[in-house]
Amino acid sequence: MAALAHILLAKTLCRTAQQAMRIAIVDESAARASVIQEGLALLDDCEVFVLTERRGLVARIGEIAPDIVLIDLGNPSRDVLEEYFAVSRVLARPIAMFVDESDDEAIAASIDAGVSAYVVDGLAANRIKPLIDVAVRRFNAFARLQADLAEARGQLAERETIDRAKRILMDSRSLPEPKAYAEMRKAAMDQGRKIAEIANAIVTAHKLMGGK
Amino acid sequence: MAEELTIGFLPLVDACLPILAREHGFAEEEGVSLRLVRDVSWATVLDRLLYGHSDAAHLVAPLAIATTLGRGRPAQPLSVPFVLGLNGNAITLAPGIARQVCTPGKLGDPATVGAKLAEVVRERSAAGRPLRFGVVHRYSSHNYMLRYWLAACGIRPDRDVETVTVPPPFCADALETGEVDGICVGEPWNSVAVERGVGEIVLATAQIWRRGVEKVLALREPVLAEKRAAVERLIRALCRAGRHFVDPANAEANAAILARADYLDGDPVLIRRAISDRLLLARGGEVVRFPDFMFQYREAANFPWVSQAEWLYTQMVRWDRLAFDPADAARAALVFRPDVYRSALIGTDEPLPGASSKVEGSLHQKTAVGTQQGHMILESNRFFDGRTFDPAHLADYVAALAQDD
Repeated sequence: MAALAHILLAKTLCRTAQQAMRIAIVDESAARASVIQEGLALLDDCEVFVLTERRGLVARIGEIAPDIVLIDLGNPSRDVLEEYFAVSRVLARPIAMFVDESDDEAIAASIDAGVSAYVVDGLAANRIKPLIDVAVRRFNAFARLQADLAEARGQLAERETIDRAKRILMDSRSLPEPKAYAEMRKAAMDQGRKIAEIANAIVTAHKLMGGK
Repeated sequence: MAEELTIGFLPLVDACLPILAREHGFAEEEGVSLRLVRDVSWATVLDRLLYGHSDAAHLVAPLAIATTLGRGRPAQPLSVPFVLGLNGNAITLAPGIARQVCTPGKLGDPATVGAKLAEVVRERSAAGRPLRFGVVHRYSSHNYMLRYWLAACGIRPDRDVETVTVPPPFCADALETGEVDGICVGEPWNSVAVERGVGEIVLATAQIWRRGVEKVLALREPVLAEKRAAVERLIRALCRAGRHFVDPANAEANAAILARADYLDGDPVLIRRAISDRLLLARGGEVVRFPDFMFQYREAANFPWVSQAEWLYTQMVRWDRLAFDPADAARAALVFRPDVYRSALIGTDEPLPGASSKVEGSLHQKTAVGTQQGHMILESNRFFDGRTFDPAHLADYVAALAQDD
């Protein structure tokens, strides 16, 4: 999964080049937000604000008056923020979005949709580019971490199912452990399925037959 | 092999047709395989559609028109070959206010409730705490129905009351925290507020406009052209899902499917109630039946009437305070594609209306209208204030409404 940042709204920005850029990260995952924040802290002239609470979000953004808002495409507050920026044009800020599952076609489509490109009035591309680059890198790193974690969890669950299935075979057919495992492996190979799937079928069937 | 189509949706009961087309195998039988992607806000559903993450979307109808016209973002032409349903939303007020405007446990008359609400609005304005309503999106039928009702009752949206955006899954929370005094949202989210005792349902949007266009199946115009054959197969599958959905014998099974974690992830009891046109208006009260609360199939409900797209455009002009533009009106009208609907269903026994446009709000009783197979009976489609919308006179309609605002 590759992340991409697109600038959604290009609106008024009047801070001068000397002032620190104020960046608001809106993310309900406090962990991910802090990973991104850490990365941005390395940049010069940036003040980073992390907003993880959905409640009162609009008011907080109003107080912070950020130069740019970083938000995930799937964030539940997207509608609320867009409405807010549509109504209060003075407060309109560019929103950079992290988009999951982007491929070349999706990138092209989003460029067609006019949401890409670093066209931000008053905010020089050379200031925003490193910011976005860092944010995207951190976002990707976090996504990879999550994927690894999910995979590890999945493997753990599979392991447990296989162990249970093995015990069922051992008890019901009085097989020794290596034999029980070999039987499952053979069934998996014969049917072209994963051993975890076979184990799952055994556990399910056992439950349906009234086993515990 | 069946062509795969990805459809984005929000967890609402009116996402039922794509979900059931998939779960009951209608899509596979017609030769399309459906992948459904759930999000929590309309902005995300729309972005996935525009970025090509999805081929089609369950979308609030006005948003399809706003996107085509480039309201708030660069214009992207969308097409609507199928309407996923009419109405199905309700207006829920904080209990203290609900009791001032109607009898608890009864749906009121829109004009009477509106007149009483106008008094509350005046008191709250005078106290410097104007009433605040939550709608699910700026470009939603909820926003337009609510505003239509308020304005016709002498309450001026944006001046006498405030309107803010609250995504459906957070509506009950917003009522509970006092962030809003009322919401207009689809099911099961009104019922969730009622169950929690934080809101009471006072009106169904079907009482405001008896046959109001609600969610649509939207695609990017080029995607529709490119995948036309698969989309037509999808339309046939959705029609079959509609027929299955409205049969009361299937309500329980369908509610159980919709309630699953992958779909609405909600309470099957509340979902079953909504899809059988029954509502618990206030906690501790009796469940009342309101026929045609949701309208997903009968009377060619899924036909994309061009006049409905045009009505939505007039409301966009009205509430975005735009100048009426005949070119934009024509562009908006083209978003709805009755030609695709007809071409998909020709040769089936689904009624195909002979006309593509009608005077909305003109039927006050059962009326026979021509279809390619003969005729079908349409029931009342009136607006509660008795106004009619004649698409032949769009500018006049906009001007007449402006006098109220």
